[in-house]
Amino acid sequence: MTTTATLETRALNCSFEANRVITDVNFTLRPGERRALIGPNGAGKTTFLNLLTGRLQASSGNILLNGEDVTDLGEARRIRLGIGRTFQITSLFPKMSVRENVFLAVAECEGIAGKIFRSVLSHRAQVARMDELVHRVGLSDVADVQAQLLPYGRQRLLEIAIALALRPKILLLDEPAAGIPTAESHVILDIIATMPKEIAVLLIDHDMDLVFRFAQQISVLVQGSIFLEGPPEEIAADQRVREVYLGDSKHGRPAAA
Amino acid sequence: MTTFSTSTVVRSLTSSAIIRLFKLLPWLAVAALPLALPGYEPLATQVFVMILFALSLDLLVGYAGIVTLGHAGLFGMGAYTAGILSVHGITDPIVTALCGVTLAAVTGLVFGLAMLRTKGLTLLMLTMASAFLLYEVANKATGLTGGEDGLQGVSFTPLLGLFGFDFRGRTAFFYSLAALFLVFTFVQVLINSPFGWSLRGIRENDARMAAIGCPIMRRRIIVYAIASALAGLAGALQAQTTQFVALHSLSFELSGNILIMLILGGSGRLYGAFVGVPAFMFAQDQLAKQDPANWFLGLGLILIAMVMLAPGGIIGIAERIVLAIKMRGRP
Repeated sequence: MTTTATLETRALNCSFEANRVITDVNFTLRPGERRALIGPNGAGKTTFLNLLTGRLQASSGNILLNGEDVTDLGEARRIRLGIGRTFQITSLFPKMSVRENVFLAVAECEGIAGKIFRSVLSHRAQVARMDELVHRVGLSDVADVQAQLLPYGRQRLLEIAIALALRPKILLLDEPAAGIPTAESHVILDIIATMPKEIAVLLIDHDMDLVFRFAQQISVLVQGSIFLEGPPEEIAADQRVREVYLGDSKHGRPAAA
Repeated sequence: MTTFSTSTVVRSLTSSAIIRLFKLLPWLAVAALPLALPGYEPLATQVFVMILFALSLDLLVGYAGIVTLGHAGLFGMGAYTAGILSVHGITDPIVTALCGVTLAAVTGLVFGLAMLRTKGLTLLMLTMASAFLLYEVANKATGLTGGEDGLQGVSFTPLLGLFGFDFRGRTAFFYSLAALFLVFTFVQVLINSPFGWSLRGIRENDARMAAIGCPIMRRRIIVYAIASALAGLAGALQAQTTQFVALHSLSFELSGNILIMLILGGSGRLYGAFVGVPAFMFAQDQLAKQDPANWFLGLGLILIAMVMLAPGGIIGIAERIVLAIKMRGRP
């Protein structure tokens, strides 16, 4: 089993009734890449992510993982193949503790979640992994607190811990810093820094400061199509991007670059 | 530092041993009941059987989040299997109970496969329909089940070849208590297992469970089959301890009552079944004394009050009181 993966889309389209939401997107995410996907509201960023993870089905086109067509595979299958994600709107197990939240993902990933006759605590290796993940995202102090009682920013971190528990080869982060104060958004980068280098990370965020510190490559999505791709400097320097998206045509560079 | 941690370890070890002993105490106390209250064995046996039945329902309602109004269908399946076998000469209690368990599990599996694709109200209606279906089959198949008259001539040989089911009901008492203890232990193991946690995950957020790669349908079907097996055991025990099987064991009334008992005690709390069943029976008894014709009205009022004011049932109220006492010690 390879530890790295390349995710590719070819002429990907997605329509809801008469509306084309994603139009002919050709996109590649290589092993170890740190890529950001930016674009104005309604550009189709989350829809694109949902197509990649299998939450939505493409109307036409292909999604390839390591060259193999996964377009028709369901969400659960793709997760097992290594496509992990976090959700724009936190999706947790509200009445379960932080540890329980993370354990559910660890257990599914390591294939012990169907075990009935042994207690959770006796699965030492998985419990240790759960504690390690909780620690890695800095939630050890609230490990036994119900997820719904955490402040929103920390729920975002729990969301990331769950995604990491699934040992993704590709991690898709949908606005991980939403709800986290800008001053603290570096936490997200710190967590990404602790991940194995060969994992590819695609980040969607509106926090340009975060995006420009994170990305080696940036793809700009406008009205469902890839408008421009390139390294951060190029994107920041592009007059059209500034007008369309960054809304910063007067002052030199965008806030963060 | 060392002495501190050692003493903590010792304390936690003794406290866990004490806790374990405390947890056994109620069982021992109940086992000694025939000495204190001779003559109440048959009533206690019925309570045990219903607690076992409610426990099986709690797995579905309290842990997996599958609300069913057809659980009696599986109870009746176990009861009729044991009863019909005994009429046809297979009279060993353990063997017939196991047959009841198996048949109920298979029934649950088949219905589960058909029903568990749906959720919410649709699922609720389907569970109800599944029990109606079984009820009508039993009602019409009079040759096999005795129909409305109930199954006649049910009797079982002594338990393990040693203890007969006598009219005092001692054998039935200890037999059903032992079965309840085994089932309770099993359910306790199950809810603390990774499987049990994943059920709670599905109840809390099934879309998210799917997104972490959980085969939701399979888990739901497995727990439905397990709960069906346990309901079947409760049914078989009832047939054996009362030596009679009637259509009531498949009825909507029983499905509803067991759900009320569970909610009254507190679902998803393991001990809810143990509190809810006696509470329901006590309330039923008291209210029926007051007004034999309209006692259901009183029960309805109690239920409405519970659901509005104490959604965690009686156990939920107890939890809140304990929490309040704990919090009072803090600044």
